[in-house]
Amino acid sequence: MHIPDGYLGPHTYIAFWIIMIPIWYYAGKKLTTELKSKQVPLLALSAAFSFVLMMFNVPVPGGSTGHAVGGGIIAIVIGPWAALIAISVTLVLQALIFGDGGITAIATNCFNMGVVVPFVAYYAYKLISGNSDITSSTRIIAAAIAGWLSLTMAALCAGFELGIQPILEHTAEGVPLYMPYTLNITVPAMVLEHALAFSILEAVVTAIIFAYIQRTDTSVFYGEKSEVEMNKIKQGIIA
Amino acid sequence: MDKLTRNLAIGLVILIIIVPIGLIASGTAYGEWASDELKDKIGYVPQGVEELADLWHAPMKDYNIPNGPSFENSKPIASAGYILSALIGVIISGGLLYFIGKKVAKD
Repeated sequence: MHIPDGYLGPHTYIAFWIIMIPIWYYAGKKLTTELKSKQVPLLALSAAFSFVLMMFNVPVPGGSTGHAVGGGIIAIVIGPWAALIAISVTLVLQALIFGDGGITAIATNCFNMGVVVPFVAYYAYKLISGNSDITSSTRIIAAAIAGWLSLTMAALCAGFELGIQPILEHTAEGVPLYMPYTLNITVPAMVLEHALAFSILEAVVTAIIFAYIQRTDTSVFYGEKSEVEMNKIKQGIIA
Repeated sequence: MDKLTRNLAIGLVILIIIVPIGLIASGTAYGEWASDELKDKIGYVPQGVEELADLWHAPMKDYNIPNGPSFENSKPIASAGYILSALIGVIISGGLLYFIGKKVAKD
């Protein structure tokens, strides 16, 4: 899903820089006001984990490959705004040092994997979880579905961005200047290989890590309170 | 470091050690084809791909040591380069966020 240089025309990649700059700014503000010391190691681990997870390329029939992102579980643990920053840092490094994803496409790739993945995952997880207990198995299923849906939605976005290129950017004779395939090819290609393969891996990774943290310390999850805080609330010390 | 963070970090180290598994899949991800791969598919290289594809020269392209051999040509060297790339990625991304996090964190 790391769109390289040359596949998106300037209309698309400039639009995404314009979209992403205020989003990064706002996410940075959120981080400075909300981040707790306790979360710092998890923030660092999140970026590192996503970096390595994306290196596990999985083959699919037809010769294509892909990977999970880990953005779903990251969003559930450190929150979607912090996840956006962690994944963006990872993607910038991947582009600059390892040539994975284009320089012009950094903002577009950060939108797909750094915004769509964590936000879709976080809200899908919240919606499916409802009022279920944080230790319930419903939550594990919610996390798995959130992981699957988040990567599939990101693939839909990437497929759309690629598929509109022949419409937006072509020579006077109609020859595509950038991505040559149209929406009717790019969208099914991106969505199907993710929905049937890479997103399933994302779901499994999300569920395994969720279940492990759930059994160890639920106060780590974004928005969940620790036992100490819960006792204080019960005793009326803090409202 | 608490137990949870420590165990997650151990999990990450295991992932780094086994990361060469990710090299076995030899295909190219959809929409990430190199210029010659695209030419094989459609018979020409679109002008924009031609102009922008080499815009940036990444020092460790394809998660390998500079000018390192492909996985097909040397599995041990490509695997070592891949692990080194994972280590560099983890140290820089994790280190950067740890440093920023410590600077901005409350309490």
